[in-house]
Amino acid sequence: MNSSMTFKKGLKDGIPIALGYLSVSFAFGVTAVEMGIPALIALLTSMTNLTSAGQLAGITVIAVFGTLLEVVLTQVVINARYFLMSLSLSQRLDGKFRFIDRVLCAFGVTDEIFAVAVNNKEPITKRYIWGLICLPYFGWAIGTISGALIGNVLPEILVSALSIALFAMFIAIIVPGAMENVKVLPVIIISATASCIIYFVPFFDFVSQGISYIICALVASIIGALLFPIKDGDGNE
Amino acid sequence: MSKELYMVLMVLAMALVTYFIRMIPLAFFHKKIKSTFIKSLLYYVPYAVLTAMTFPSVFFVTGNVYSAIIGVCVAFIGAVSKRSLVVVAILSVVSILLYNLLPYLFLI
Repeated sequence: MNSSMTFKKGLKDGIPIALGYLSVSFAFGVTAVEMGIPALIALLTSMTNLTSAGQLAGITVIAVFGTLLEVVLTQVVINARYFLMSLSLSQRLDGKFRFIDRVLCAFGVTDEIFAVAVNNKEPITKRYIWGLICLPYFGWAIGTISGALIGNVLPEILVSALSIALFAMFIAIIVPGAMENVKVLPVIIISATASCIIYFVPFFDFVSQGISYIICALVASIIGALLFPIKDGDGNE
Repeated sequence: MSKELYMVLMVLAMALVTYFIRMIPLAFFHKKIKSTFIKSLLYYVPYAVLTAMTFPSVFFVTGNVYSAIIGVCVAFIGAVSKRSLVVVAILSVVSILLYNLLPYLFLI
């Protein structure tokens, strides 16, 4: 059986993620150096963690010499959403993934890589997922070290424009999803509403960004699953 | 312990925690889930997470609400007309770049 989910398709699908990561990680590199983290340690952080919000929160704690417990707790809270994503992704992999493949490719589960991977109709192949992880990984590393070393060389006009890239990509995933299966629309509306409430209502100021994502995702998905269950043949299933 | 060693160890601790969160579900839940509720839940999770990440943050990320609105509209139009992810991302970035360059056009 020849799947169209080739390494090359993975690479191609990774291009917009890599572009977005260049700008986000550039900003991370600049911030890290400003906080007093050496450029090489900023690079090490990006190459071993591969997570935006988690890294930023982590180095903020490290910069003021926080404890191990603080660092670990911050990561658990902010990155708990990956647990949901990995669980969702585990249902989409084709039958050829061995235990070791699953253990290794777990490293590359980011918000964006996950989103693009599950956006495919066909089961995900090993080659595809590695192709998909490739460019964003290097983009993330290159952006970080560039930001750390050449900080303020890029004009603000360009950085500000690049910062929309990842969000534009999210929109390009959400909108066709809702057009294809109208059941997705109420889930999107609930999630956006919940997210805006947590963002704008001062009462929820104590809720961190990572926790907010989890709350919104769970509330919207649970309501969606209860009211509009997906039957076989619907959408991607 | 030197400052650098402390930082390196902390960064590696961060990496381990983050990795285990990602790895455990992938490594140990490989059976296909039968429950319609769980299947529906997992089907909706990507859309719900992406929506929560996009709104309202997208309107503040460029540092200018108006340029962000233009970027979002362009991305929306691109998405409705089923352009690929790369094309939508590039169109949106270019639209904001053009918006940012507008003031300079009038200076000349």
